[in-house]
Amino acid sequence: MEKPFAITLSVESSLANHTGSWRVEKPEYVHRMPPCNNACPAGENIQNWLYIAEDGSYENAWHALIQENPFPAIMGRVCYHPCQDVCNRSFLDEAVGINSVERFLGDHAIEKGWKIPAPDVESGFKVLIIGAGPAGLSAAYHLRRLGHDVTVRDATHAPGGMMRYGIPKYRLPREILDAEINRIKEMGIRFEMNTRVDDVHVAMDEGFDAVFLAIGAQLSKRAYIPASEAARIMDAIKVLHDVEEGNQPLLGRKVVVYGGGNTAMDVARTAKRLGAEEAVIVYRRTRDKAPANDLEITEALEEGILVKWLSTVNHVGQHELRIEKMELDEKGFPQPTGEFETLEADSLILALGQEVDFSLLGNSADLDVVDGTMTVDATMMTSHPGIFAGGDMVPADRTVTTGVGHGKKAARNIDAWLRKSTYENTKNTDLVTYEQLNSWYYTDAPHVVRERLEASRRAKDFSEVVKGLDESNALYEARRCMSCGNCFECDNCFGVCPDNAIIKLGPGKGFEINLDYCKGCGICVSECPSSSIVMVADK
Amino acid sequence: MTTTPIKFYQVGSFAVGNRLLSEEDRSIQSDPNRTNALTSGHRACQGCGEALGARYALDAAMRACNDQVIAVNATGCLEVFSTPYPESSWRIPWLHSLFGNAPAVATGVAAAMKAKGRTDVRVVGQGGDGATVDIGFGALSGMFERNDDVLYICYDNEAYMNTGVQRSGATPPAARTATTQAVGSAPGNVFGQGKNLPRIAMAHEIPYVATASVADLRDLEAKVTKAMSFRGARYIHVLVPCPLGWGSASCDTIKIARLATQSGLFPVFEAESGEVTSSTPIRKKVDVEEYLKLQLRYAHLFSPTRNDAVINHLQEMADKNIRRYNLLNQSSES
Amino acid sequence: MLKQIEGSKAIADTVAACRPEVICAYPISPQTHIVEGLSAIVKAGKLAKCEFINVESEFAAMSVAIGASAAGARAYTATASQGLLYMVEAVYNAAGLGLPIVMTVANRAIGGPINIWNDHSDSMSQRDSGWIQMYAETNQEAADLHVQAFAIAERLSLPIMVCMDGFILTHAYEQIDVPEQELVDKYLPTFNPRQILDPADPVSIGAMVGPEAFTEVKYMSHMKNLQALTVIPEESEKFAQVFNRDSGGLVRPYKMQEARNVVIALGSVLGTIKDVVDEMIHDGYSIGVLGLTTFRPFPFEAVREALTAAHNVFIVEKAFQLGVGGIVTENVRSSLRGTATHDQTLIAGLGGRPITKQSLRTYFEAAIDGRVEELTFLDLDKDLAERELLKEKVGL
Ligand SMILES: Cc1cc2nc3c(=O)[nH]c(=O)nc-3n(C[C@H](O)[C@H](O)[C@H](O)COP(=O)(O)OP(=O)(O)OC[C@H]3O[C@@H](n4cnc5c(N)ncnc54)[C@H](O)[C@@H]3O)c2cc1C
Ligand SMILES: Cc1ncc(C[n+]2csc(CCOP(=O)(O)OP(=O)(O)O)c2C)c(N)n1
Ligand code: SF4
Ligand code: SF4
Ligand code: SF4
Ligand SMILES: [Mg+2]
Repeated sequence: MEKPFAITLSVESSLANHTGSWRVEKPEYVHRMPPCNNACPAGENIQNWLYIAEDGSYENAWHALIQENPFPAIMGRVCYHPCQDVCNRSFLDEAVGINSVERFLGDHAIEKGWKIPAPDVESGFKVLIIGAGPAGLSAAYHLRRLGHDVTVRDATHAPGGMMRYGIPKYRLPREILDAEINRIKEMGIRFEMNTRVDDVHVAMDEGFDAVFLAIGAQLSKRAYIPASEAARIMDAIKVLHDVEEGNQPLLGRKVVVYGGGNTAMDVARTAKRLGAEEAVIVYRRTRDKAPANDLEITEALEEGILVKWLSTVNHVGQHELRIEKMELDEKGFPQPTGEFETLEADSLILALGQEVDFSLLGNSADLDVVDGTMTVDATMMTSHPGIFAGGDMVPADRTVTTGVGHGKKAARNIDAWLRKSTYENTKNTDLVTYEQLNSWYYTDAPHVVRERLEASRRAKDFSEVVKGLDESNALYEARRCMSCGNCFECDNCFGVCPDNAIIKLGPGKGFEINLDYCKGCGICVSECPSSSIVMVADK
Repeated sequence: MTTTPIKFYQVGSFAVGNRLLSEEDRSIQSDPNRTNALTSGHRACQGCGEALGARYALDAAMRACNDQVIAVNATGCLEVFSTPYPESSWRIPWLHSLFGNAPAVATGVAAAMKAKGRTDVRVVGQGGDGATVDIGFGALSGMFERNDDVLYICYDNEAYMNTGVQRSGATPPAARTATTQAVGSAPGNVFGQGKNLPRIAMAHEIPYVATASVADLRDLEAKVTKAMSFRGARYIHVLVPCPLGWGSASCDTIKIARLATQSGLFPVFEAESGEVTSSTPIRKKVDVEEYLKLQLRYAHLFSPTRNDAVINHLQEMADKNIRRYNLLNQSSES
Repeated sequence: MLKQIEGSKAIADTVAACRPEVICAYPISPQTHIVEGLSAIVKAGKLAKCEFINVESEFAAMSVAIGASAAGARAYTATASQGLLYMVEAVYNAAGLGLPIVMTVANRAIGGPINIWNDHSDSMSQRDSGWIQMYAETNQEAADLHVQAFAIAERLSLPIMVCMDGFILTHAYEQIDVPEQELVDKYLPTFNPRQILDPADPVSIGAMVGPEAFTEVKYMSHMKNLQALTVIPEESEKFAQVFNRDSGGLVRPYKMQEARNVVIALGSVLGTIKDVVDEMIHDGYSIGVLGLTTFRPFPFEAVREALTAAHNVFIVEKAFQLGVGGIVTENVRSSLRGTATHDQTLIAGLGGRPITKQSLRTYFEAAIDGRVEELTFLDLDKDLAERELLKEKVGL
């Protein structure tokens, strides 16, 4: 067509006009630290595996997850999910049920028989791990993935540490525990069970290049309580251990548990399952001060466990014991009131916490123990070169997940130490707050409540209490993730640019700013739901 | 209007796309091969809502009729920033004649197409609020009354922006413009009736009337698509914030449009043959203050002293819209 | 075939024969009968593939025509007087965009005071709009000019006003040979637009042009306008071949051989003038007539050539520039620049004032004798005007 000069123009001829020159700031795509990832003691990249799971790619999601943590099915049951406590979604409606999705992925992997990839190359280094609890197993797993020759030694006859001998099966069914541990075994890790290590130095001399100590805290703390001779006083760890080994402890009709931690809850609930008519927990402070996880307290109460808050055991007799009422002072410490009460009790189980058994250190002066825990540096190495430690025996939260995190961290540092380099954690530290998100774009989607076994049925046997999610629920839950600080391809930036200055690179490839046309208005940044774009100075 | 609710997605129907949706559930704008009726290199201000609204609307119109769209544009920012010699940002056949005649010119194009038997080619007339509610009002009303086969889209930025932010018949009360300065005893624009063009359009009982904003792309696209399914005169009134004229941050354009809808000041609804058929419920109700605060054209309401009387008056307007269009407490998203 | 028919009806039939695709109009006397006629034709289905749009104003009428024409349709409208002024912005725009719209102007005075009768002040006001303007002397010529107008407009991509005197022509019943469909089809090619709004080959029409190119754009428009001076005579000739009738062209000399005095005019008044001139020749005067069929672009060459023998020209105008004088006069004067020919202006027929033979003869005789002022208002009641002016002077 013949175009009259000037009054008629060719279409899209404005592409010659590079309006990008107007810009003083430019948008930049970034990856930021979501609060969940930041809070995960195992250092999981939660947002990432949720993102992968969101489109149903469960196997890929599982693989991404086990980059950091080999136990999703276990985590999905016993982890106290601090990630969820800080989930930004809780400001919108409720936290994402990260833990339930993790369990779903873990269970799914077991069901499908997914395997851990073999290491690319064998390093030729030999590492000894003492203790087959979560810390030791995690270290073994990560070291093996890095190509090292790993031997795990443990005093008990089955691996798992407190996951097996502490946590009761109604919370962690053993087939799940076994499945996830077996998968690790299959990586070619040597397990030497029923092998107590009495001297770490002797073990070192066997030709290992490094040692990871993860012996946990096996010794129950004792308290002095006046008691008559016929009184039955037991310790919780031993009770749980016996139950696991199939040795029915003699508890009697009425059981009192002394302590306010998870162990106390577990042992009380176990007592009920073993046939006790009544299980009473005695704790010297209040519920909100109790170290036990609140959900565990709730579950215990649901199962008919009674709790005497603000009480201490004063004297133990054969069929009764005396407790004293306490009150909290201004500082929140319990103080005796002089008021007493008598409870019927056939036995008292002490659940007052555990201590580390350092006897295997022998008399080595170069291993530094302070306040009952072993000192380690930022690389998890003890004061003895080549000996690393983690889990309950070092100062930190005593949880399975922390142990797993220690194991991973130690493994990566052991690997570096063996290769005479240093391990750099390249994680982004730019934490995403809720205010930085554009919450408008997240539709209201409340959290899926995990089904639980009816309380009346529960206390009768050791069946698992908390049920898993089915696939559609898990998918829904995964998709509730707001993807804090990491693009989830919502296309907003691509859509909202008035200058059409964003290029969509295609699925999984993200976006690119076309700086020829970007005027730097910042709308893409404002409208990014997940705060994955920032404005930075330009020119 | 509500778009098809999509269950189980964190971003449901509000984000532009989302990889988790099937292609047909994604917005037209999310398509990497979208038509970009208005493409890059135009000279709109940073963060211009009108540039955004025009691309949204015309891409949707193109999608609805196999790209067979001719656009007729009134004088105004959109025209000036898109076609200064020697460059045009349009990728569709486009005609600009005058400030006040776009609806009639569009009628002419539509008549030509009909005469030529090219009824597959659809005509979109478009202009700013000044072109629409003021100078082109007669032509628009004529086009409506004759029920000419034209979709007319008003990009409402609530003033004559192209000439430097003077008041139009769509300028809201109290807003400061170059001709309603924030001085005297009643600073800013008067509290008058204003010209509520969507309702005036409805009074013509044309097949389809809708309001929309750049804050809700899905809704806008759905409305354009729906409008294109009718023959005859159709009208869509799109709220397009103008950072320059409103004195707002360029990055806040969509946010401000959203606050306009969520406060109730700008009701989003649609009507067929003169009857309101649906309204988009407010999802997160805010006070008008939230909306006003972000714009310098209302700065005189907050400093040096807070003018509660006027703020309350504006709030009443919003509340009236909420009642009139039933913007709250609908059994939503079912 | 000749038939006794009203001028407006003849125009309606003629326009219909030109197969317009979009007709839009808004009523105003004395244009009404034309568009009523066309509306009836379209409504009755006698004109296939044509849309008739009853618009809400003349501004819309021209705007609809702009849209239709830009979309490649043959577009037609008609107006007069206030209506023409009401559409002015769009009139200029149509020319600026180079859209070959044909518009009939049924010439009528412009208010205030409001006046529905004939003069040329409406179309004359648009002489610089970029439209071609042709003035019909008779209804026959008016009909013929419409046929040629489409051809000229479309060849040049320029709009044309065909001006015909309101009432005097539009409402007169006469014997008119309305161009027959068959012949029109033979003469008028189908519209092949220079540019068109087409999704298959999109363009952006109506850009904003700044100082850097505006002069060039305007110069080009001017030059294209001047091309009409070639195209118009060509079309007139072509028309004559098909229709066997002489009409159109730039200028129309009448008994001008060696005439010392030449009367110049446009439109229907030429008929009366010719009668007076015939009588004066009979009485021994050396006088002839030059009719201006094309007023825009102004045919300077043709006028100059036609007037080589003239000593005096008397320009009869139905409009004038207030505070200045004749409009046509100025253009004629430019044509005569450097010659000794003397010009005098007679403003006549304002607001429908009858132009009688008697008054014209009196004026021409006096003018030939050099007894008139440069600017004369025919049959002006000067006493009355002076009296009233005196009253208004109070306080000055
Ligand atoms: C009843 C109970 C319930 C709990 N519930 C939860 C829960 O729900 N969620 C949670 O996160 N945490 C829970 N915990 C805490 C959690 O189990 C521990 O923090 C975690 O198991 C510590 O891991 P670890 O690897 O450091 O030690 P452990 O799990 O204690 O493992 C240490 C291993 O080392 C072995 N070992 C010790 N000494 C030697 C030696 N000399 N030679 C060879 N082997 C040795 C032990 O046999 C044991 O297998 C619970 C703890 C208890 C007691
Ligand atoms: C007849 C006429 N009057 C005035 C103008 C000047 N003018 C051009 S654009 C414009 C304002 C446009 O306002 P609006 O239609 O709201 O569009 P915006 O620029 O705000 O997008 C004005 C007053 C004009 N071009 N034509
Ligand atoms: S707006 Fe959406 S697509 Fe763009 S960076 Fe943010 S999350 Fe990713
Ligand atoms: S929205 Fe577009 S123009 Fe604005 S900053 Fe982002 S990329 Fe640049
Ligand atoms: S003045 Fe307003 S409407 Fe005009 S280009 Fe700038 S932002 Fe857009
Ligand atoms: Mg405006």
